[in-house]
Amino acid sequence: MSCLRIADDALDAIRRHAAETYPDECCGALIGHARAHESAPSVLTAVPLPNQTEEGPRRRFLVRPGDYRHAEAQARAAGVELLGFYHSHPDHPARPSQYDLDHAWPNLSYVIVAVDGGTPGAVASWRLRADRLAFDEEGLEQTRT
Amino acid sequence: MATKVFIPTPLRPFTGKQDVVELEGRTVGELLRTLITTYSDLRPHLYADDGRLRSFVNVYLNDDDIRYLQKEETEVKTGDTVSIIPSVAGGAPVDTSVRSSREGPPLTNEEVQRYSRHLIMPEVGVDGQRRLKAGRVLCIGAGGLGSPAALYLAAAGVGRLGIVDFDVVDYSNLQRQIIHGTPDVGRPKLQSARERIGAINPGVEVVTYETQLTSKNALDLFADYDVIVDGTDNFPTRYLVNDACVLLGKPNAYGSIFRFEGQASVFGVKGGPCYRCLYPEPPPPGLVPSCAEGGVLGVLPGVIGTIQATETIKLLLGAGEPLVGRFLIYDAWRMRFRELKLRRDPACPVCGDHPTIRELIDYEQFCGVSPARAPVVEPREMDSETTVGDLKRRLDRGDNVFVLDVREPQEFQICRIPGSTLVPLGELPSRLAEIPRGAGAPDIVVHCKSGVRSAKAARLLADRGYDRVQNLKGGILAWIDQIDPSQPKY
Repeated sequence: MSCLRIADDALDAIRRHAAETYPDECCGALIGHARAHESAPSVLTAVPLPNQTEEGPRRRFLVRPGDYRHAEAQARAAGVELLGFYHSHPDHPARPSQYDLDHAWPNLSYVIVAVDGGTPGAVASWRLRADRLAFDEEGLEQTRT
Repeated sequence: MATKVFIPTPLRPFTGKQDVVELEGRTVGELLRTLITTYSDLRPHLYADDGRLRSFVNVYLNDDDIRYLQKEETEVKTGDTVSIIPSVAGGAPVDTSVRSSREGPPLTNEEVQRYSRHLIMPEVGVDGQRRLKAGRVLCIGAGGLGSPAALYLAAAGVGRLGIVDFDVVDYSNLQRQIIHGTPDVGRPKLQSARERIGAINPGVEVVTYETQLTSKNALDLFADYDVIVDGTDNFPTRYLVNDACVLLGKPNAYGSIFRFEGQASVFGVKGGPCYRCLYPEPPPPGLVPSCAEGGVLGVLPGVIGTIQATETIKLLLGAGEPLVGRFLIYDAWRMRFRELKLRRDPACPVCGDHPTIRELIDYEQFCGVSPARAPVVEPREMDSETTVGDLKRRLDRGDNVFVLDVREPQEFQICRIPGSTLVPLGELPSRLAEIPRGAGAPDIVVHCKSGVRSAKAARLLADRGYDRVQNLKGGILAWIDQIDPSQPKY
């Protein structure tokens, strides 16, 4: 199983963002150091992004191309990489839905935070398989900042 | 001339970590094809199986989304750059549980006994059965589909069953509408339905609405229910049920039947497709025959109505895999089930991203069956018509009348007007030689069962140069009602 390391601060920020937007979904980008030799990729910062969905934010999120570009540019400016995205599942488990799968990009980490009645709960990270047929869960390792 | 194509982070592992590749191509489409040929692992992520760019893949020519240029035909000039930029989308599973928060009243000892086969399954259990007890389901129609649906929903312990119908039981209903019996012929369908449900499960609250479902009453009627079971047999009501369900956010357990084929799906669930995503426009009026015209295997609505009941129960339980985004087609003749994938259409006028229908409309007019649109459909002069009384007088007088029956042979076997000639509508264009014409030829009176097919036939004959063609109003049904009640109606 691959592993994603994530800084305490970044994880807290994701949880806070998810609680603030409840019952709507939140979303944002994960930037940090890419995988290097023996070490797992490591998220340094969670960048909140506006949820631009037009299908109802209770059950959907959308990061538009402009915001994607912004996140990628921000990573580049900081000399790090775009590692993935996070979003919340209000009152649903931290598992990807069929809709997540249908819209997923490869080689990114998808961090999902469950929010139960406004309280952030389980967090899990997922990566799309090369054949696009499923997600695999990856380990999530918290690091001190 | 090489064009720079910018590759986003998630795709760089497929391009040898390059964030820019230089490719040759005259249009954006050509560039992208070269790209996926050169780096073939990119293909499944950029293109769907149908060969179209995936919805979350955005391609920009300089600063413009090619969707707003000439799409993949957009030409690329010297110095242009092309960028592939992701949209990142996702979200929680669509919530198909209609009332997950309502746990329902406790079960009595008698109910525990009655529903024991449900209760011992962990998928239902006591909690699930209480949800069913709290559930409120509205059946549109107590006919072929509504009969089995209502019977099984009642037996399963759904707390409140509403039924909308304004028809009376006819002998021709009994071959499939099993909620009604022979002694019920002539009685309102709502009465017999209420009695049957009461006999099966007196714990069910039955609410009857003896009215036609219309744009005026639909939203009020639906408001009190969790799931709507569409058992209608006509397009205006089908679109009405669909739109009302979408506007109210209520799931529609849909079913339809014709001859040997049935269809079922669940529409109107948030994020899922609706009937209009599948059929944005109704068929031209008269093109798709009804069961009254085309017939239906009696057991077929039993299968489809039971599927609708199954879906309704799962929706109330908030469990299982509902038929959302899937369109089930059942062929009873070949005994095959097929399933089509169905997606919500972002451009759908009622459930799309930018809906244009925000309230109920005139569905008779929308489906072209009301007078408002009739002149558009038939811009010609009034077709010539005659009545059964007039035909009878002319036949009795010995007038020279050619009575042309355009029904099917199996209908002709049931009943006929004496002396009539059978040429089914579909064969008429190739059998015109059998229809007398010219000087001294008789007047032609065309009839079918009720007057729809014969109107088409009369028009066809008029177009082919026959004059003195008349359509028999009300068809053979009117003939039997008014002239010859000894013959059977069907």
